[in-house]
Amino acid sequence: MIKIQNLHASVEGKEILRGLDLEIKAGEIHAIMGPNGSGKSTLASVLAGREDYEITEGSVEFDGQDLLDMDTEERAREGLFLAFQYPVEIPGVSNINFLRTALNEKREYLGQEAMSAKDFMAMVREKSALVELDPKLASRSVNEGFSGGEKKRNEIFQMAMLEPKLAILDETDSGLDIDALRIVANGVNTLKSKDNATIVITHYQRLLDYIVPDYVHVLFDGKIVKTGPKELALELEEKGYDWIKEELAQ
Amino acid sequence: MSTDSNKGIKFTEQLQSTAINIDPDLKKRANDFLKDAELPTTRNEAWKYTRLAKLNKVAFVQNEDTSLSRSFEIDREACRITFVNGNLATNLSDLKLPEGVNIVRLRGNQHEQFKLKTNPEELFGAINLSYLSDGIYIHVSKKVKVDQPIEIIHVLKGSDVISNFKTIIKAEEFSQVNIIQGFFAEDGASSCFMNNSLEIDVMDNAILSLDKIQDENKEAFHISNEMIDQQKDSTFTINTHTLNGGLVRNNLNIRVLGTNCSTNLFGTYLLNGRQHVDNHTVVDHKVPHCESNELYKGVMNDQSTGVFNGKVFVREDAQKINAFQSNANILLSDTASINSKPELEIYADDVKCSHGSTTGQLDEEAIYYLQTRGISKTSARNLLIRAFVEEVLENIANENVRQFTESRLNDRFNWAL
Ligand SMILES: Nc1ncnc2c1ncn2[C@@H]1O[C@H](COP(=O)(O)OP(=O)(O)OP(=O)(O)O)[C@@H](O)[C@H]1O
Ligand SMILES: [Mg+2]
Repeated sequence: MIKIQNLHASVEGKEILRGLDLEIKAGEIHAIMGPNGSGKSTLASVLAGREDYEITEGSVEFDGQDLLDMDTEERAREGLFLAFQYPVEIPGVSNINFLRTALNEKREYLGQEAMSAKDFMAMVREKSALVELDPKLASRSVNEGFSGGEKKRNEIFQMAMLEPKLAILDETDSGLDIDALRIVANGVNTLKSKDNATIVITHYQRLLDYIVPDYVHVLFDGKIVKTGPKELALELEEKGYDWIKEELAQ
Repeated sequence: MSTDSNKGIKFTEQLQSTAINIDPDLKKRANDFLKDAELPTTRNEAWKYTRLAKLNKVAFVQNEDTSLSRSFEIDREACRITFVNGNLATNLSDLKLPEGVNIVRLRGNQHEQFKLKTNPEELFGAINLSYLSDGIYIHVSKKVKVDQPIEIIHVLKGSDVISNFKTIIKAEEFSQVNIIQGFFAEDGASSCFMNNSLEIDVMDNAILSLDKIQDENKEAFHISNEMIDQQKDSTFTINTHTLNGGLVRNNLNIRVLGTNCSTNLFGTYLLNGRQHVDNHTVVDHKVPHCESNELYKGVMNDQSTGVFNGKVFVREDAQKINAFQSNANILLSDTASINSKPELEIYADDVKCSHGSTTGQLDEEAIYYLQTRGISKTSARNLLIRAFVEEVLENIANENVRQFTESRLNDRFNWAL
């Protein structure tokens, strides 16, 4: 699905990603954990195509294509999705309006016919029910006046609508109460198939009780420094990151 | 008198004076004024950001040919009257008026006497009186709620043609009416000039809404002088949407003369190329217990320039006034510019007033967010621009006018709807 090799990225002359390797196959769920400022969101942004970052070295292959060569919107149409740690508010642009534009631009790109208004609305109903998003929120301006939890649910709603191949969830669990967490996790699990994959960035093992990862990676100082089974998350939560730093020092 | 030949009014030299004589005293004063009038320069405060020198490069002519290659309409359900270069196009005008509405053509008028509000010592008002092509007086009878909108269409056609037109509207007590003014240019019209004048009386308890669509072309000149008097308990709403034009100046002057009035001014201007649009508005609260609400929004691309100058006066006796005024702008390029000056002059002490002006760019974070959902940069920008002007467009109560405006914006800018 995606193969990241020796990725180096800097912003404002400061190197944030320093030789990152990661490979993910279809059907897998990978968790990425790591201390604040280690580069988790940077990795997500670089994959999504944010222009602020300069890629100085390395390669990313997405479904056999050179991801770094594509525009942000092209990556999305090819099936990449990023659920933001901090989703922006866009006053005046309705969720539904923009999703219809997004879906139809994606379909046009893939050589498919535009979706009828009726099919689209049926899909909105189905997917908003999946994440228990109030249908009223679905038609309001994107994230405007949404609570923190509603914003996160709206990200998963959009993911459900766009049916990506690879979804990156950047701290989607932060700020969610336990019910919202279960709803979001349920959404992700329902959408999971043998053809798609998910990267879950989180600080808390709690989320991984609901979304069970195949692998847990530790991102530290711009590199993946440790990879293990799901039990690694528990260990990290109990012991913190110091023991990993010590291991690295040896 | 100045001998500087650049300043004199040269662009009217070829014009024939009008035979229309609706207010002889005023017309005489206008003629006297024009004898040694000069073109205002940017040193003149009222024209600080709008250069008129270009006008003197054209020798305008009058033209009575009213044939058009196509018809123009905004609200298909309206009662429509069409003027081409200021001349009535009979074949494009409805003869049947809604109940309670009476229309008098100023050309050939023998019966009606008018006391005009036009200032004959202001250049474009004076030119309008002196060279009037034609005009109409729309009268709405007492207690009549007119269901069918009245639509007055103006089309510019040909080269270097000027239209000097006056519209006079009187909405009598307890009447209600929606008037649409559409300003267009035929394909190929070059360097034409619409010198437009509007005078309105909104009488006690009347409700008048005016939808003004300016959709001429990038070479057209358009100057509007609009004078509105509101009597007590009346409501006046104007939507001014400038979709296309070369050099556009709207002078909108509203005097609120009676208590308990409501006044609404909404406008948009959406510019590209080298277009220039200047909105000067005045709301003059002379009496207590009134409210006014003004919102203008502009989007400027390329080398276009916008001007917003909004004045709200609250006179000494005008207590308990609520007056709001806001102007917001988005610049889409580094070379576009806006001069925005909202002004409140308050002489009363028990009032609620606010004003504000903002100018910014499109939110890059929002564009990126939309792109990550698969939306192209262009569509993302269009979605944001549309969202920005929607706050103004949603105030157009006439659904057909709103749809027309939105679809024209879609044609011109390819905005996703
Ligand atoms: N646009 C930027 N300009 C300057 N510095 C940046 C920018 N983006 C990220 N950084 C810096 O890069 C480093 C990594 O940030 P990043 O947001 O990727 O961390 P993170 O692992 O997601 O942290 P957290 O757990 O707090 O979300 C930080 O030191 C941050 O300050
Ligand atoms: Mg982060």
